[in-house]
Amino acid sequence: MKARLPTGGEIQRDQPLSFTFNGRALQGYAGDTLASALLANGIHRVNRSIKLHRPRGIIGRGPEEPNALLQIGMGAHSLADQRATQVPLQAGLTAQSVNGWPGLGFDVLAVFDRAAKLMPAGFYYKTFMGPTGWWERYERVIRPAAGMGKVPDGPDPDRYEKRYLHCSVLVVGGGVAGLTAALALGRSGVPVVLANEDTAFGGALRASRASLDGQPARSWVAGVVAELEAMAHVQLLAATSVFGHYDQHFLGAIQRFDGVDGESPIRERFWKIRCERLVLAGGAIERPIAFANNDRPGVMTASAVREYIERYAVLPGRSAVVFTNNDSAYATAYSLIDAGARVTLVDSRATPSPAAAQARAAGIHIHQGAQVDNTRGRLHIRSARIRRADGGHDTLDCDLLAVSGGWNPSVHLYSHARGELRWDDELASFVAGNDLAGVSAIGAMAGTFDTGDAMRDALAAADRIAQTLGHASAEITPPVVENAEPGPTRLEPLWLVAGTGPAFVDLQNDVKASDLKLALREGYRSIEHVKRYSVLGFGTDQGKLGNILGLGIVSELLASHPAEIGTTTYRPAWSPVTFGALVGGDTGALFDPVRVTPMHAWHVARGAVFEDVGQWKRARYYPRAGEDMDAAVARECLATRDGVGVLDYSTLGKIDIQGPDAVTLLERVYVNNWQKLAIGRCRYGLMLDENGMVLDDGVTARLGETHYLMTTSTGGAARVMAWLEQWLQTEWPDLDVSLTSVTDQWATVSLAGPHSRDLIRRLGTDIDLDADAFGFMSIRTGNVAGAPARVQRVSFTGELGFEISVPADYGAALLEAVFEAGEPFGVTPYGTEAMHVMRAEKGFIIVGQDTDGSISPLDLGMAAMVSARKDCIGRRSLARSELRRPDRPQWVGLLPDDPNQVIPEGAQIVGGDPVGHSGQTPMLGWVTSSYYAPRLGYAFALGFVNGGRDRQGDRLYAWDLETGPIPLTVTAPARYDLEGSRQNV
Amino acid sequence: MQKYSIMSLARQALNGHRGWQPAWREAEPKRRYQVIVIGGGGHGLATAYYLARVHGITDVAVIEKGWIGGGNTGRNTTIVRSNYLWDASAALYEKSLQLWEGLSQDLNYNVMFSQRGVLNLGHTLQDMRDIRRRVNANRLNGIDGEVLDTQGVKRLVPFINTSPDARYPVLGASWQPRAGIARHDAVAWAYARAADALGVDIIENCEVTGIRRDSGRVTGVETSRGLIEADRVGAVVSGHAGVLADMAGFRLPLESHPLQALVSEPLKPILDTVVMSNAVHVYVSQSDKGELVIGAGIDAYTGYGNRGSFRTLEEFLAALIELYPIFSRLRMLRHWGGIVDTAPDASPIIGRTPVDGLFFNVGWGTGGFKATPGSGWVFAHTLATGQPHDINAPFSLERFHSGALVDEHGAAAVAH
Amino acid sequence: MSTVPRPWRTDMLTIHCPWCGPRDETEFSYGGEADIARPAAPDGLSDAAWADYLFMRTNPKGWHCEQWNHAHGCRRWFKAERHTVTYEIRVTWPMHREQP
Repeated sequence: MKARLPTGGEIQRDQPLSFTFNGRALQGYAGDTLASALLANGIHRVNRSIKLHRPRGIIGRGPEEPNALLQIGMGAHSLADQRATQVPLQAGLTAQSVNGWPGLGFDVLAVFDRAAKLMPAGFYYKTFMGPTGWWERYERVIRPAAGMGKVPDGPDPDRYEKRYLHCSVLVVGGGVAGLTAALALGRSGVPVVLANEDTAFGGALRASRASLDGQPARSWVAGVVAELEAMAHVQLLAATSVFGHYDQHFLGAIQRFDGVDGESPIRERFWKIRCERLVLAGGAIERPIAFANNDRPGVMTASAVREYIERYAVLPGRSAVVFTNNDSAYATAYSLIDAGARVTLVDSRATPSPAAAQARAAGIHIHQGAQVDNTRGRLHIRSARIRRADGGHDTLDCDLLAVSGGWNPSVHLYSHARGELRWDDELASFVAGNDLAGVSAIGAMAGTFDTGDAMRDALAAADRIAQTLGHASAEITPPVVENAEPGPTRLEPLWLVAGTGPAFVDLQNDVKASDLKLALREGYRSIEHVKRYSVLGFGTDQGKLGNILGLGIVSELLASHPAEIGTTTYRPAWSPVTFGALVGGDTGALFDPVRVTPMHAWHVARGAVFEDVGQWKRARYYPRAGEDMDAAVARECLATRDGVGVLDYSTLGKIDIQGPDAVTLLERVYVNNWQKLAIGRCRYGLMLDENGMVLDDGVTARLGETHYLMTTSTGGAARVMAWLEQWLQTEWPDLDVSLTSVTDQWATVSLAGPHSRDLIRRLGTDIDLDADAFGFMSIRTGNVAGAPARVQRVSFTGELGFEISVPADYGAALLEAVFEAGEPFGVTPYGTEAMHVMRAEKGFIIVGQDTDGSISPLDLGMAAMVSARKDCIGRRSLARSELRRPDRPQWVGLLPDDPNQVIPEGAQIVGGDPVGHSGQTPMLGWVTSSYYAPRLGYAFALGFVNGGRDRQGDRLYAWDLETGPIPLTVTAPARYDLEGSRQNV
Repeated sequence: MQKYSIMSLARQALNGHRGWQPAWREAEPKRRYQVIVIGGGGHGLATAYYLARVHGITDVAVIEKGWIGGGNTGRNTTIVRSNYLWDASAALYEKSLQLWEGLSQDLNYNVMFSQRGVLNLGHTLQDMRDIRRRVNANRLNGIDGEVLDTQGVKRLVPFINTSPDARYPVLGASWQPRAGIARHDAVAWAYARAADALGVDIIENCEVTGIRRDSGRVTGVETSRGLIEADRVGAVVSGHAGVLADMAGFRLPLESHPLQALVSEPLKPILDTVVMSNAVHVYVSQSDKGELVIGAGIDAYTGYGNRGSFRTLEEFLAALIELYPIFSRLRMLRHWGGIVDTAPDASPIIGRTPVDGLFFNVGWGTGGFKATPGSGWVFAHTLATGQPHDINAPFSLERFHSGALVDEHGAAAVAH
Repeated sequence: MSTVPRPWRTDMLTIHCPWCGPRDETEFSYGGEADIARPAAPDGLSDAAWADYLFMRTNPKGWHCEQWNHAHGCRRWFKAERHTVTYEIRVTWPMHREQP
């Protein structure tokens, strides 16, 4: 570790950690970040840039880092695009550069840098246009060169969780301002949560030589953290990045355990935080200056250099040039000198600041009024060329160039919630405007860089909040601060140094000052256009280093004030957020609840194949050994039609409707009449939306004077329940009706077939099953197989049928009993597929399969069902001209010429043998349901044909992309037992 | 118009790219134009371009309240496809897709239309029926399309979760090979440049404050930069259609909803097509830069806030991870919302209004970007002739009276 | 009657159910513009007037009176006045009562 200083820093020298970088075994210490450990090993150069493949080194110290994006870990554990500056070093960590082949030193694609002149901003808009259709070919070359990290090669082995957090005050940022505010609030007794992106609290104080009340800064931080930890009403969230600030005080934060807490069962936790008051103390990020070849490895921000020295005991260079336009970088010069480096200061300001005099006194050579206008060094900086105040040039040999162009307050979280940003001329940057109700921006984020001032601001903000929340002031006397590093005082804006060579503004996307110039020249003058055209700020750092710099350059070029040009609104996320963390446990089986009936285990045991219907798992068919679906379905159909079949009907929606106005509700939501339905009888009903289209259907039974039981389709149950409730509560509050969803309360076994009555008799029941006593479309209550039951005599298959509903807990026992009792009749379970076949033979619709939201009852041939006596939802819409058109799609049967050819569902109906691909063929309708009917012995389909009711007997074609045209004849929809003699026995 | 090509790039490279001209002029509004187009998004700029190019009407102003392409043009997920169910929609989007196919050459600006294909996944038997019906309709309308089974999907997207135990297994998909993605900003810039070269004035930072009428006829628009007169005015706006209709004294059956999208950090190529799922509600593609571009349906409640509900975001990310478990460790870089004006049938309104000479092209909902060229093309025809083109005739405002909705919610209910 | 205390917890993500108090947005479903009264005699309406009821909405950029349902709670419908730009809900109140 050749760059590691023998003493100092916060690293734990007794805990060495081994790791690898591009296969090279290296060592660092606990407390290092990957970046500090790399620098300690003398490694600056970690990547090649995306577009030009120029060598790039670590430039920053935190979330602003644009270059050091590495692939961490292997296989399914791999993590893409990780900033080395934010990855805590762990034993066994493996890190890889992504770009640079065969290596970082020699990269074949560095040829792009040679061709850079051909690739200015937006060059791709001007070329790769021909020949027509060739763009995808160019993409095949361009795409692999772009992009960065690699997607892991397997599902995520780690777990995540989400948690809600409600608090009085959330303080974001654990630097000096945030800590002080949290301490004051805590002492006032206010419940407060303090979130800090770094694993260690203290922010800039961690690298500071300041003393607070005579204590070293880090000791003061430790004291405050200890006091806060001891307060029960204070919660400290370290390693927690607050990534987004949403409408009025909802914030999202990610707490990292990966690399922080090796024992944690989860990798990250997503905190959904809601607070009454918000204190933002996000600090600030130092920005660079644009000058020719300012991107070489070894060029870093001045504050990053200081932090590596002071916090990590790493000296990033032994021969340093510090280039600044403000006072803050002077502290870096002192740190460098004390660490044993040689330092030359280049201060662009014409007038020396008092800091310069001090530095001179300390023996540092200063080039006052000079600017670095170029650098040299192929793989690492070797020298900086300066233009002196007198216009002459000097070359300074160096292996490190520390740059400060000023500081940008991290106003992102303030801006997310549309808080106003104010341009501060002294800082030459935006600060939070403090116009958001309930939000206080303090410290550097609000433009207060002086440590003492920041603490006073924080205390004042905390006092105000404590008082509004009914707590007393903490009455804290701010500590005496000595020897604090200066902020960006006496800054003289310097954005772009004139010179020859690429001057980078946004390193990650290789955006140069010349690109901004070009954008303006080409008429992209709105700052949004400049940014989008040049891709400034579109990297993973989202312009944390480059955006304000770019704005400054553009404002100079346009000769207008930056505030007039404006900045873009900052959008979440402040720092990238793991998808898995935002998803938490809501994946796999928990993605959407699975609903199963009380008889589910029975179906599983019988080898049922299931289908998803809404959230339900429904048994589709029960194949026996050697059977495919067609064979199983044919067997189930025939067994039902000849003997008795059993279907689990529990998934159907059931709504209990009670009250004096129950019948009025039914009249209003169903198209048909309900006034005359007798107690104990049931009726099929059709429900429309207000646009006149079929919404749902089902049988509703009258159980008592004012008591009805409505059934709905399986998938439509929740929708219908919500629909009825909405009408009742919002439109018809005068109706005295109560609705209860009882879908889950009842298990329903549907028996169909000539032996279904015999089977119930064998089950044992006190209900009189005689046809005279219990007619078709009736309901009875009583006992069946020892369980309290409701039995409805209805039929969806066309056979004699009974639906037995028992309390859900009896469902499994009932089904067992049914199969025991039904043995002599060859009782057979059938699934939804056989049910579909049998109902189709009867011409019955399935809402959602045969209707699609654009089908009216007129289209279905159910006009007669629509009562003329009364209004109902959707009825008026049926009177509109479009719905009365005679050539509307109409519900028909379709009989293929070949009795064995099952038309594919989804086939279109056409008039002749269509030309297929080459042109357009008018479509006359479509196929919604299609089966082979084993009892009938032929295939048939249902669907819609324009004006189809008058076209019965017409010869048309069904066309499907796989089968081609299938000749057929239009028929009526129903084709089985048209008299209803089988169900009515 | 200054020609863009590899040759001109090379020539300009020799002089430091100092010879490039502005892509469009900063025009000052004249007192009067033959046609005013309100809205400098992709649709408005395309309208102006086709007015000039196809109909020879060059006395045209495009009035934009901010910067061109700053609305939904610059906020969408850039998917282009034409595999719609109903004939009316299919004709409109297919016209558009055909224009997309030659757009870079036509405009001499690379809009990066990448025909990498779109998969619309099916997760239930009913999904598969609907997919088959739609693809069959597409084919008969002369639009490309295939029905793929699970293995077919897997061949295109090997890492998609096709486990039969998945909560909603992938049973198959529709596949439109000619569909794809494009570079959204470039579309606005390219149309602006080409329209400008034909003489159209593009006037940015000019907000419409009123619609001038005289006995039921439009006579011009009042703007933040003064009154501008015209015989014909076309409004091509999103998020503000209702406000403009209000200025002209009529109502629209539109509601504005947030539509959210997000991108991941850039990654090496992994996804070579666009994958959309309606049941597991999310769609995703990978940009040339390597970012996964992810979206879903609109937020439930109305809003003009250019941002949506975090709940919606969580839901579609859950869907993302359900379908693509290997994306779990990737990270969201940025998320945002646009405002989409949505009609009850999820189809646009393109045509006449109760005010003579005033035409609207609004209500594109979530389908707008892909329609940009076609929308401009038919609307230019409408503005030039005063009559809708056959393609946009079904999309009249009148359909809400007659009931002739173009309801793409139904069987074709795929996310846009 | 529940009015939302200002300015706290007025955000989109916490909605005051008039019966249950402040709850997370995820418990609610949106029901569109309020006070779109169903015509008493639809048959007497012209197609245009019926379309007005069916499809036309005010869609304001600003305060919007709308319906919400506490779907994963008490399942009661109520009204809210919400700002469609800031998403602030300044008041919620039960159906069929005067706005407070």
